Amino acid sequence: MSAVITASGLSKRYKTSLALDNVSFQIAPGRIVGLIGPNGAGKTTALKAILGLTDFTGSLNVLGFDPRKQRDKLMGEVCFIADVAVLPRWIRVREVVDFVANVHPRFDRKKCEAFLARTKLQPGQRVRQMSKGMIVQLHLALVMAIDAKLLILDEPTLGLDILYRKQFYQNLLEDYFDENKTIIVTTHQVEEVEHILTDLMFIRDGKIVLDADMDAVGERFIEVMVNADKADAARQLKPLDERQVFGKSIFLFDGANRATLEQLGETRRPSISDLFVATMKGTYA
Amino acid sequence: MKTFYWLVKREFWEHRGGFFWAPIITGGVFLLLNIMGIITAEVLGASHGIHFGASSGLHSVMTDMDAGDMSKVGFALDIAMYSAMALLTVVLGFVVFFYCLGALYDDRRDRSILFWKSLPISDTSTVLSKIVSATVLAPVIAVIVGIVVGMLQLLILAITLSFHGVNVWHLLLMAHPFRIMVNLIGYIPLYVLWALPSVGWLLLCSAWARNKPFLWAVALPVATGLVISWFGLMGLFNLPTTWFWKNVVQRGLFSTFPGTGSLFGTNGESIAHNVADNPNMDFMDLTNTYQLLASPNLWIGVVIGCGLLAGAIWFRRWRDDS
Repeated sequence: MSAVITASGLSKRYKTSLALDNVSFQIAPGRIVGLIGPNGAGKTTALKAILGLTDFTGSLNVLGFDPRKQRDKLMGEVCFIADVAVLPRWIRVREVVDFVANVHPRFDRKKCEAFLARTKLQPGQRVRQMSKGMIVQLHLALVMAIDAKLLILDEPTLGLDILYRKQFYQNLLEDYFDENKTIIVTTHQVEEVEHILTDLMFIRDGKIVLDADMDAVGERFIEVMVNADKADAARQLKPLDERQVFGKSIFLFDGANRATLEQLGETRRPSISDLFVATMKGTYA
Repeated sequence: MKTFYWLVKREFWEHRGGFFWAPIITGGVFLLLNIMGIITAEVLGASHGIHFGASSGLHSVMTDMDAGDMSKVGFALDIAMYSAMALLTVVLGFVVFFYCLGALYDDRRDRSILFWKSLPISDTSTVLSKIVSATVLAPVIAVIVGIVVGMLQLLILAITLSFHGVNVWHLLLMAHPFRIMVNLIGYIPLYVLWALPSVGWLLLCSAWARNKPFLWAVALPVATGLVISWFGLMGLFNLPTTWFWKNVVQRGLFSTFPGTGSLFGTNGESIAHNVADNPNMDFMDLTNTYQLLASPNLWIGVVIGCGLLAGAIWFRRWRDDS
């Protein structure tokens, strides 16, 4: 199957800064891609370009559409949750369901109502009367009832408590995701999405600095816990990062020989957050 | 088409206060004030021993009236019915003005534009639905409310007079409620055309301004007008400075007020003439109001309005929540 998104030479310049700097990537169907980067790295700009919400230079193909020219058609196949609370505050649950049911050809009203029945939301309730968590529940119920090929989540759980956050990803995996769908998610809560991602993309200063699937990440990056006596030997292998825990040093290696590392100490797969911190070193300096 | 219907319905949901409750409350207050006025007059009249037309006297006056006098009573009643609409018209003008200013701005400010834009709806239909809500939906509701309020007003007057011995139905037959209805409803298409440049300008500001669309929409034409006045720039075109104020500032900002077309359009003078000559509200008849169609002022406004709206659609496409 062909790629869901093909971007090549994507650039976007704001007045003072370059938000996207000649970025190229491909996303295949049936993947859950984590787009991760520090604040202001260009994540949201990249998503906006994909959604046709902003202009850019370069070429971008999303599900066969050019988002700049065919945004309305593209949105028939793509769903989007921007960080919490973009639902209009005046609207009622009943109204928003009615509206989406009548303007979206791929919306399944029964499904949506079934999702809503699992929450405490009342049909007559207005968005302004809801907590952040409830707004996300409503938005998720709407989005999961749409049979879209691509779902884009931009910081979907920002500001939610842990119960809502866990439930959010659980619903998404159990009731929504399948091999025909693709999800792109940006978040700062890396630990939460770590186990559901199939692909990882790091973005920094408008450039993609890492683009790999999770298996490749596991092969390529190795963390070794080394006793003090072997630390110098480890340093000579040019680790990406070094930190101290309980008198031992933990080294992060990129593409080093696994057998060599195993002689130095216990090896393991690094967590995405450690990898992220190591990769983004000096971003704000 | 179905999408468009729901888009307009969406506008109604969001602006129920302005589109629906504002005219109803205005009409209600109008009737209440009238009733209070009548009661005050009756109480004062009774306590001071003044009898309006001396009850039975009024009755005999009515029976003595000839056809000409009768028609004057009828037109007095018509004016009572129009007066309700006149008040609603002013309210409608404000509602449409501020609706247009916020229509493409409010959702950018509260970021709900990200939700609306995540639905498969083109920016053109979104903007069109807002134009239709402003120029058709809001006036239709106002006119319906105006007609109902006008009828009630008529009824209140008739009932009051019936206490003084005048036959209610006889009196009502002298008014022309159906003619008024036709005139009011028939005026709406004319309003759509006349309001277009204002609606276009306000929506353009609403779609374009990164903040404070009101200030831009009002300050820009007024500041230009001041500059032109100071430097007497209109002299270059052999036009008086007032030309700019009248045809650009006033026309661009206040055409959302229904009736301004008839007042300030080219036939404004003929109306004044008409009223002075013949005080029977004939100038509200469609044959008179639609003379505006012959005025280049209207059509130039329509062309400019369409241009401004095209600009609004373009800005709607590319402005985001930032």
